[in-house]
Amino acid sequence: MELNENALLKMYRTMLTIREFEETASTLFANGEIPGFVHLYSGEEAVAVGIISQLEPGDYIASTHRGHGHMISRGGDIKLMFAELFGKKTGYCKGKGGSMHIADVSLGFLGANGIVGAGLPLAAGAAFACKYKKNGGVAVCFFGDGASNRGTLHESLNIASIWKLPAIFVCENNMYGISMNQKNHQNINDIADRASAYGIPGVSVDGNNVMAVFEAGQEAIKRARNGEGPTLIECKTYRYRGHFEGDPTVYRPDEEVQYWKQRDPIEQFKKRLVEMNVLTEEQDQAIRSEVRNLIREGVEFARNSEYPDVSELLTDVYC
Amino acid sequence: MTFSAAINAALKEELMRDENVFIFGEDVGIFGGCFGVTAGLYQEFGPERVIDTPISETAIIGVAVGAAAAGLRPVPEIMFMDFMGVCMDEIFNQATKMRYMFGGKAKIPMTIRTAFGAGFGAAAQHSQSIEAWFTHIPGLKVVMPSTPADAKGLLVSAIRDDNPVLFLEHKGLYAVEGEVPEGSFTIPLGKADIKREGNHVTIVATAMMVHRALQAAEELAAEGIEAEVVDPRTLQPLDKNAILKSVEKTGRLVIVQEAVKFSSFASEVAAIVSEEGFDLLDAPIKRVTAPFVPVPFSPPLEQAYIPSVASIVQAVKELG
Ligand SMILES: Cc1ncc(C[n+]2csc(CCOP(=O)(O)OP(=O)(O)O)c2C)c(N)n1
Repeated sequence: MELNENALLKMYRTMLTIREFEETASTLFANGEIPGFVHLYSGEEAVAVGIISQLEPGDYIASTHRGHGHMISRGGDIKLMFAELFGKKTGYCKGKGGSMHIADVSLGFLGANGIVGAGLPLAAGAAFACKYKKNGGVAVCFFGDGASNRGTLHESLNIASIWKLPAIFVCENNMYGISMNQKNHQNINDIADRASAYGIPGVSVDGNNVMAVFEAGQEAIKRARNGEGPTLIECKTYRYRGHFEGDPTVYRPDEEVQYWKQRDPIEQFKKRLVEMNVLTEEQDQAIRSEVRNLIREGVEFARNSEYPDVSELLTDVYC
Repeated sequence: MTFSAAINAALKEELMRDENVFIFGEDVGIFGGCFGVTAGLYQEFGPERVIDTPISETAIIGVAVGAAAAGLRPVPEIMFMDFMGVCMDEIFNQATKMRYMFGGKAKIPMTIRTAFGAGFGAAAQHSQSIEAWFTHIPGLKVVMPSTPADAKGLLVSAIRDDNPVLFLEHKGLYAVEGEVPEGSFTIPLGKADIKREGNHVTIVATAMMVHRALQAAEELAAEGIEAEVVDPRTLQPLDKNAILKSVEKTGRLVIVQEAVKFSSFASEVAAIVSEEGFDLLDAPIKRVTAPFVPVPFSPPLEQAYIPSVASIVQAVKELG
């Protein structure tokens, strides 16, 4: 993909949309309008956008419990996403999945996932299908630093490497698995180091710098499409919110949060775009108000939608 | 005392009593556990006895098996029962087979605690009741308490038991209050409890469903039907005599569980009673369960999924 002005502005707009979606979801959860568990992506926008903005229609994504940003980057419909969060019948999964399971297989989006580390072999499988069908597609798996300690990481990277699958494994290292700091859950600094165990490239990038993520992704996607096999990309980033909404975050110091907020991925990108003369202050305001409207419409749609009829309880178990 | 506090107290007392006991799992330390059940234990017993683990369920249970074989009494926590699939081999091929395969020359004293159950909009991968998977494994004990007192007494017994035990905590019970006797006490594994006496119908119910069955019994009592509510508390081994004795008294049996019906614990109870107590029955056995679907997210669907008080009342009335 060529990074022209339009592409850059689209990336910026997508990052803003994710942030606005997440901050709104946070308020809606606090108001009791969204049931269940809600894991927000605020602060990590550069990872999803840096990678997904360059995927093609036939590509696949396996997401995580923190999946809203991935779905929005993939062009997910904000209305259907909010409706799913609300458990309404108009939602992406007809209200059966909720935040943790938003999916749209027609977008190649194999779902957010309630099981940590479960996406890794699924992505390997989708990559296998792309290779098998020789359709040029790739599969991207997002997973956390915490997930990188699951056996599925080892087994999936290994099988993807020996079969040279067109897979890109993107670790969103936000430094925590719930309350567990990376320092305490593994003995390495760079999760990218694990790639060497499978004989594949591993790169560690600033996950708050969307251009850095983009470049690493570009290289990995090229490699995958050329039949050279998988890549492990580690993006160092930070989640602003607690692990889930309602988490009092007793396990991390405020200074740490402040440190990362000063390195905000959206602010950084904006600065860069302004320097490049791609974005003016007026344009920025216009984009932001467009985004706010989009989110507002999404929430209204969800609020005004109906809950599924109880008869729906028994549908869709089998084909 | 709440159900959650009762479990916390049992853990604390056992950590104090036996230095071979240690607890470990994801976020059980400073975070105090995903549901707050282990709060304060890390501060009191330190990181050598209350250990945070990486997200590695296979290793968590595998380590427990190895440590137990080597003389410790591990009490690992799997955050949600839905994650048990990740460590299934360690449970059904390792922990529960070693003693038998080794000709009785090993003991694996470990207690896996995990949370299960629907009702929180947590959807299909965080709400399951899959106890039947585990009652099917020879060598494993399966405990499913419904009250704070039972939770405490049964957990202490589980930890002291020399076998692998799966201890199942319904998420909806954590905040439930109940009387808990002072000091240390145990409740033997494999002994049912009559939660309410009655002579018209026996309702066998587990965990959260005990509370719904008791509510149903109150409604039925207003119409002159006295239900006896039997809580097996331990599903494996099962106190089938308590159930048969109750059915002998009432002649009628309704079994209530949150899990789906097919191949379930309720099916086993129904089979036992029809095999060993057919003559005691004055009516066919009824099972009140969830429908054969995954747990839905949407609140109205989820409410329809979980067996209701009304559905228990109706099942009893249908027995005539
Ligand atoms: C197999 C499994 N174990 C545990 C959990 C509970 N859990 C959900 S998210 C999470 C932390 C995940 O951390 P990480 O992979 O770093 O992703 P992040 O939340 O930081 O995005 C845990 C332990 C789960 N859902 N699945």
